[in-house]
Order: sequence, then structure tokens, then C-alpha cells
Amino acid sequence: MPSSVRVKTLRIDDLDVAGDEQQTIFDVAVEHAIPIPTLCHLDGLGAVGACRMCLVEVTSANQTRLQPACATPIEEGMQIVTNSPRLQEYRRMILELLFAEGNHVCAVCVSNGHCELQGLAQSLGMTHVRFPYHYPQRSVDASHRRFVVDHNRCILCTRCVRVCAEIEGAHTWDVMGASSQTQVITDLNQPWAEAETCTGCGKCIHVCPTGALFEKGYSVAEMHKRRQFLPYLRAMREREP
Amino acid sequence: MNPEELHQLAEQHAHARTQIPHRIRVCAGSSCMGLHSDQLVNAIQRELKQQGLEKTCPVSGVGCMGLCSAGPLVAIDPDGILYQHVSEADVSAIVASVGNEPLEQLRCPTDIPFFTRQKRVVLEHCGQIDPERIEDALAVGGYTALLTALTEMTPAEVITHVMRSGLRGRGGAGYPTGLKWTTVAKARNPRKFVVCNGDEGDPGAFMDRGVMEGDPHRVIEAMAIAGYAVGASEGYFFVRGEYTTSVKRLRKAIMQAERNGLLGANIFGTPFSFTLEVRLGAGAFVSGEETALIASIEGRRGTPTPRPPYPAEQGLWGCPTLINNVATLASIPPIINHGSEWYASMGTANSKGTHVFALTGKVVNTGLIEVPLGTTLREVIFEIGGGIPNGHSFKAVQMGGPSGGCIPAEHLDTPLGYEALQRIGAMMGSGGILVLDDTSSMVEVARFFMEFCMTESCGKCVPCRVGTVQMHHLLTRISTGTATAHDLALLESLCDLVQHTSLCGLGRSAPNPVLSTLRYFRNEYEASLTSTPSNELIPLTARPPAPPTQGPNGKGA
Amino acid sequence: MKAARIAPPSEDKRWRVIDATMRRHGYHAHALIETLHATQESFGFLDEDALRYIAATLGVALSHVYGVATFYRRFTLKPRGARHTCVVCTGTACHLKGAPALLEALQQRIDHDPTNPPVSILAARCLASCGLAPAVVFDGKVVGNLTPDLALERIEKWLHHES
Ligand SMILES: Cc1cc2nc3c(=O)[nH]c(=O)nc-3n(C[C@H](O)[C@H](O)[C@H](O)COP(=O)(O)O)c2cc1C
Ligand code: SF4
Ligand code: SF4
Ligand code: SF4
Ligand code: FES
Ligand code: FES
Ligand code: FES
Repeated sequence: MPSSVRVKTLRIDDLDVAGDEQQTIFDVAVEHAIPIPTLCHLDGLGAVGACRMCLVEVTSANQTRLQPACATPIEEGMQIVTNSPRLQEYRRMILELLFAEGNHVCAVCVSNGHCELQGLAQSLGMTHVRFPYHYPQRSVDASHRRFVVDHNRCILCTRCVRVCAEIEGAHTWDVMGASSQTQVITDLNQPWAEAETCTGCGKCIHVCPTGALFEKGYSVAEMHKRRQFLPYLRAMREREP
Repeated sequence: MNPEELHQLAEQHAHARTQIPHRIRVCAGSSCMGLHSDQLVNAIQRELKQQGLEKTCPVSGVGCMGLCSAGPLVAIDPDGILYQHVSEADVSAIVASVGNEPLEQLRCPTDIPFFTRQKRVVLEHCGQIDPERIEDALAVGGYTALLTALTEMTPAEVITHVMRSGLRGRGGAGYPTGLKWTTVAKARNPRKFVVCNGDEGDPGAFMDRGVMEGDPHRVIEAMAIAGYAVGASEGYFFVRGEYTTSVKRLRKAIMQAERNGLLGANIFGTPFSFTLEVRLGAGAFVSGEETALIASIEGRRGTPTPRPPYPAEQGLWGCPTLINNVATLASIPPIINHGSEWYASMGTANSKGTHVFALTGKVVNTGLIEVPLGTTLREVIFEIGGGIPNGHSFKAVQMGGPSGGCIPAEHLDTPLGYEALQRIGAMMGSGGILVLDDTSSMVEVARFFMEFCMTESCGKCVPCRVGTVQMHHLLTRISTGTATAHDLALLESLCDLVQHTSLCGLGRSAPNPVLSTLRYFRNEYEASLTSTPSNELIPLTARPPAPPTQGPNGKGA
Repeated sequence: MKAARIAPPSEDKRWRVIDATMRRHGYHAHALIETLHATQESFGFLDEDALRYIAATLGVALSHVYGVATFYRRFTLKPRGARHTCVVCTGTACHLKGAPALLEALQQRIDHDPTNPPVSILAARCLASCGLAPAVVFDGKVVGNLTPDLALERIEKWLHHES
């Protein structure tokens, strides 16, 4: 890292804080133990700003805007509010939209109790869904010897896509289609078992926030995900020439 | 080419034009082409040969003449005669009439407000010159602004000029063009790019197509000027893939410009070099959004990315990139030629110059128009547009397409301008003006645009991907009379959510048609509410009404 | 730089056009969309062999190629079946002037024909011929100011002359 990293000062909620210019609002908040909910973001993966859970109110140059904390670099003099009633309401609504979009039957899910979507709904007080459910027809691919993808539980956070491309270097996953017809795929939208690029490393399984990706052999509520490897691997990748 | 050569060529071609007693121009814009005006050109050519006139009266196909609803149009120069609804059967009579008495029964009056109330700056040569001949462009002063910029002005002076003109982006957001140019110029990076956004995906908008097809050299010249001003030597045209004629003419024009030394290395013998490439869009409305456009040029899925970083700082391949709309760029050469004061003298305090609009819907004259900003909607619709046809009455005008809003009769005297329109809940958008009469249901209009946004959402961020499906569902329920007051409240809170939390402009502006119709026509929503919620399940569809396509002449789905 | 070039999937001469496109862009990953355009134009659709070949030659991931090919509407992974196409504009101006009724009438005519007619009915958004609204493209020819009856008349010709 170059020695000329510049330090910027800003205010998050009631706290005056400082960070270096490479950091995002989320990074600095974490360093100061200020909680901001996230869903698509995962430390060690590139930011995409897709789920909008981490939106915060940013006032800079007399303008207030909602910005994703995970994807917004800090700037000198920013004033940030992380948890206003308005933000809480937006976050709850976004969760409702996600629950309505897929087929999330938590009671029978391997991730029940360890799911980030479910966890956020609990911690943010989302008790019911006001919108009609889409009940989409989605498939389950259990062709792989060890892994399963259940698209009914996929929230399109693209963590699997990023970990596989950025960390494992296989780029087995990507996203196909657009609008509400978007879906994650392996290789040319083949059954996972036939995807020749997959090394079977299991990284995607462990970064998936929901029960969409899981390992065979676990029953309801048994799938715990481990991601300690991620910041470490990211650091190693960055050190390489 | 050196400066003297340009002047000589221009004079030579201008002189050549005066040597020919008559010329016939046939509109070969997209609408007239749809009425087979290309066959008219051939038929006239044959007839001229037969009557032995091919030397004294050449015929050429030109870009959109504006009054598409009267097409196909044929003009006779220099007599200023315009013929409308011309068919092949009229060809021999038209050719015979050249230099004689005009054919009264075919005549389209040119002293009507449609023509006299317009101020053509961007479109000044559109419909006048043969877009496939650089000679025609040179004869009317093409590339003289580039010459002036390169030989008499510093890049900073060019930018000051643009800044003073008050020009704002015509792609929708109205960002001050001079400011954008300054940002890119100031970025310290040896490699920079200029991109012309010709993706025009807004249904009902065809201004950029008109310019690219009618006067491609104008846009090329402007891109080179922009490149000089911001310090870029590479440019891209990003054109809607379905605009085959635009693509063909742009490619041809680029080749002609290269051959004449107006693009390439050391233009006019100066150190400035500039190259241009055309890239085709592949049928996604969202790829007109600037970060998505960059992804498309780089060969990726055209999904937007969060800003900052802005393309002006980190755009194509991480380099500072200037992205401007076709009509924004096409305004630059006249600003250089006639001065920024001249340009700034048109328009209102904060919205300067002229703006090209596509006038469509329930209005007598439909087509492509250009007026000074500050012109009122009433003048546009009732004078230029000729009012509402078939004995119906005016209800509202929709501006800005799927990101815009509906304006009711009480605001018809609003002068066209960025802030003025925003204040009444609409927006300038890219320039689509859609007139609605008393037969239109406003809920249905809102539902139509929501369906567009729902199917065009890139699918990346949750509020837009899912929120548009839910809003479309609610609007469908309201328009079929199965929604309750509770549903309407839910719709309003969704509008608020999607507007404020979506990643890009598509999602953020998707609620606009709903919000503006709610603002002015709330009674239409409320009148269709029911107090007994029905149990009938309306499926939440998110599929396009029919499979997408790529019409050969069409814009595709 | 990149691994040795692989051979095209077949002897078909049309691959030369695709190869030329990739070469012109220096076999860079950013040539992907231009290459897909060329392939779509040459073959009418993008099959698995084509996607694999392009991915390997440009050095991009298979899933990336698939993701791009399915994001943009111009690209199709299957050949278009029908001999005739009838593209109904559903853009704003046409919508307002009766496109939904046109689409419905045409679709019904086709759907209720037991003989599997050689026409596919498609929708497009604004043909930029709004002056002609409502407009339909019949096999590449734009026809404006249509009514459902006039539109049906046009496809009847196709249905009867060659079925
Ligand atoms: C969904 C979406 C679609 C857009 N499509 C276009 C387009 O087709 N053409 C265009 O010029 N600008 C389009 N824009 C605006 C561009 O992002 C950008 O603001 C514009 O090209 C900048 O040029 P200007 O400053 O000259 O207006 C679009 C924006 C959004 C959010
Ligand atoms: S198991 Fe590893 S290689 Fe296979 S898809 Fe998951 S992350 Fe990629
Ligand atoms: S499978 Fe899991 S990690 Fe991948 S996009 Fe879906 S929810 Fe995210
Ligand atoms: S607002 Fe819509 S189009 Fe824009 S990024 Fe989000 S999903 Fe994509
Ligand atoms: S966590 Fe920041 S947008 Fe998803
Ligand atoms: S296309 Fe001919 S007048 Fe517009
Ligand atoms: S809306 Fe149909 S041609 Fe424009």
C-alpha cells in the first residue's frame, strides 16, 4: 500500500471518526462498532451494492442522499445517519419484498436458525409480509455429488458468483437473464455436476447467506456456514504479484 | 486536410449546389421509410432519367423532415415546395412539375405553425442534406466548428464556451454539460474516452435516431471537439443495435471523415488526434444508464454499478470518460460557430437553448420538433401540434416516458424547462411528448409504464427488481377494480421505497408516472377502488407480454 | 498472452466472420458482445458450441458468456421457428392507438389455429415510426395505421398461400 494514504474525518451518528480514503462507510462503521445491516456485502468480496439493506443517510455538501454503506467510499466531512426510523422502515420493506419474491419455507430449511435473511427479519422487527407472494416456479439442482442449489431460497446477492470468481478463480457461477427472471447459473446453465470449471472447493456454499446453497447430508436447521477463510484468502490474493 | 483545404472544399461543394437548378429531397427518416419512401427515391430517379432531368435535378434521400404524420414527404428545392402523403403514382406528375406549376392537391403548406414556430438548431441540416455524402455536410459548414476549436481555441476556451452557453444534458438528467467536461478535463490520466450515448430506449422517443440518421457528421464533429476539450483521443458511439440505418450511416460517415483527414492523426495539421468506433447496444433499455453503458462497451452484462465512482473519474476501463447524449453533442458545433451568447439568448434562466422533442399520441401533427426552451406546452401541443384530433379534448400530456410524469390542462402554460417541469411533477426526460385525450385512463397509463420498468429492470437491486413487480400488480388490481384503499396506500409506500432506495435511475424514476397521475388524477384511482377485497388471485406476472424481438427496422423489445 | 487458438466448432464458412470480429478486437474479453452480435447475425441464434468456442477464444468464463447472452434481448439461444414474423409495436404511441387489440387479435388467430401456422407474433417497443401508430413489422416491412382487421388480413395471406 502506498505511504501517501490520506486520512479523512467524518461523523457517523453521534461519533466523530476517521478512516483512510480507501475505506467505505461500512468499513469505518465496523471499526467503531456501529452496526449497519448487510446482505449482499461480505468482507473479503468486492462490493456490488445490490440488496440496499445497508443504505444510510449521507449528508455532504448540504445534500442528503441515501447511499449504500458497503459501496460508498468515505469523504471528508460526511455526516452519516445509520439508523433513522425511515431507514428502518425501508430495510423492513426490502426484506418483505425478498420474502415475497422467493419461496422461503424456513421450517423445512437446512439453514433455519442460521440464515442471514431470517436473522435480519428478526433483528429488524419484520414480523409479517404485506405484499402478495409471487410463488415463482423455481428449480432445485441436486446433481452435484456434495452440493445442492435450491433457487427457491436464492436472494440473488451474488456472493457465490463473487467468491468463486474472485477468490477461487473458477468463475463457475454467474447470473443469467434480467428483471425478475434473473437466476444464478453454473457454467452454461448446466446441472452443477456437469459444470467442468467447478473445483468442488465449497466456498460458495459457505458464503451463501441463506439455505440456497448447502451441503448434502444435513437436515433441517443443521447447516452452519463457516467463512473465516475469506478475509485471510483475500489478503493472500492481494499480496500476490 | 488543412484549414485552407476545408474552406476550399466547402466552397466548392456549396458552389456545386448552386449550379444545379433544382433538387428533389425525399424524406428517408424512419417513419417515411416505413411508408416505403426508399422506393419513392428509386421511382423518382427512374422518372428523372426518363424525362432526361437527372443532371439538372438530382434526387436524394434525407433525414426526417419533422412532420412524420404527413409522410412520405418530398421537397423541391429551391422553390420551397413540400408534398405530403406522396405515393409512387404521384411520381411522374411531381417530376413533370419541377420548375413548373406545383401540384396543389399534394402540397403540404409550409407556413403552418408546425414549421414556423420551430427553431431548428440541432436539426438545422436534418432533412436538408444527404446524410450519406460528406460533401453535403461540408457544403453547409460541417466541421468548421472543429476547425475553429482546434486552430483558434485552447481546450479550456472550448469548455468555457460550452459552460457559458448554459447547455445541459439532453439525455434526461439535465446535468450542465460544461461542468461535466471540466471534470473530465481535470482528471489526471493519460488515457480518456468520449462516449456518445445513442442507446435511446425510451418507448416513444426517436430524437436521437433522427439526428444520427439525418446528420451523422454533426455528431462526429462534436465528438472530436469534445475529445479535444477534455483531452481524449478515443471515442465510442454507443448506438441502439436495432437502429440499423443509424449504424450504417454513422459507420459510413466515420469512414468519409477519416478519408478526409477529419478524424485520425493530426487533424487539420494540429497535434490533436481522434479515432471513433461504433458499438452496438443489444436490446436492454437499462444499458443507456451510464455505468451500464460502460459495462456494455466492456462486453459485460449491462447492469448499473453504484456511483461514486462517476464515469467522469473512472469510466471505460477505469479511465475518465465523458458520456453525452446525441442531442447534447449535436448542440456543440452551433455553439462554437455562433457563440455561447447566441445560444444562451434562447431559453429560460436555467434552461438555455433549444430542445428536440418527439411529439406523439393524440395530436394532429406528430413527428420530430425542435423549439427554444421556455416555449409553453400549450404552444407545442395546440399550435405546433395542431391540437387534438377527432373532436376529442385534451386530458394530459406525458413527458419523459417511463421516468416522467403526466401534466394536466391546468399546467399547459408551463414553459418547458428542467426545473419548471420538475416542480409540477414531470420531467424533461429525453424528450418524448405524448399527448393523451379524454379517452385515456390515467391508471392505465401508469400501469403501462410500470410494466415497461418491470420488464426492463436489470434485476440487480431488490427494490427495483421486486418492487416494480409488486407495483405493477397493484396497478393492475386498481385498473380492474379489485383493489381496496389499503392497496392504494401500499402502492404509495412502495413508490416511496423504490424511488429512494433503488440503485440506478431506472428504479428511482419508475414510480414517477404513478406519483404524477396520483397527484393530478387521484379521483380516477379512487373511483376504481372497491371496499370488498376480492379473493380472486391475479397472478403476479413479470414476463413481457410477448417474446422479445429484434425487428429489422424496429427498436426491438 | 492467451493460450493457442482453438479451431471453430465446424467447417462452416460463417465462422470466418466471427473469427474476424474477434481478431479485429485483439481477442480481448471486451469483444464479447460484438462477437455475439456477429454470431447472432450469421447463424440466427447462439448455440452451445458457439458459446463454448467464443468463451475459449476470448478467454472468458462460460457462465459469463451465458450471462451476457441471456441479459440482452437481441441474442437468442434457440433458432426462431416460424417462417414469418409479425412484430407488433407496443411502444407508447402505438399502445395508445390500439396496439393491445392488434396483438391480441393476431395472437388469438395464431393460438387457435390447429395447423401450427408458420407465423410468430412478437412484440417490440417503439419502432421509432410513431407517426404511423399503431405499427407492425411484417417480415421486415413496417406497416402503419393498422386496425386488427387489416393486420389479420395480412397474415391470412401467409396462412393460406403456404401452410
Ligand atoms: C435507465 C436509464 C436509461 C437511460 N437511457 C439513456 C439513453 O438511451 N440515451 C441517453 O442519452 N441517456 C440515457 N440515460 C441517461 C444517461 O445515464 C446519461 O445521463 C446521459 O447519457 C448523459 O448525457 P447528457 O449529460 O448529455 O444528458 C439513461 C439513464 C437511465 C437511468
Ligand atoms: S464449489 Fe468452489 S469452484 Fe465450485 S462453484 Fe462453488 S466456489 Fe466455485
Ligand atoms: S445462491 Fe446464495 S450466494 Fe448465490 S446469489 Fe443466491 S443467495 Fe446469494
Ligand atoms: S434500479 Fe433497477 S435497473 Fe437500476 S440497478 Fe436496480 S434493478 Fe437494475
Ligand atoms: S450490503 Fe450494501 S447493498 Fe447489500
Ligand atoms: S420520417 Fe419523414 S418526416 Fe419524419
Ligand atoms: S410507439 Fe410504435 S412506433 Fe413508436
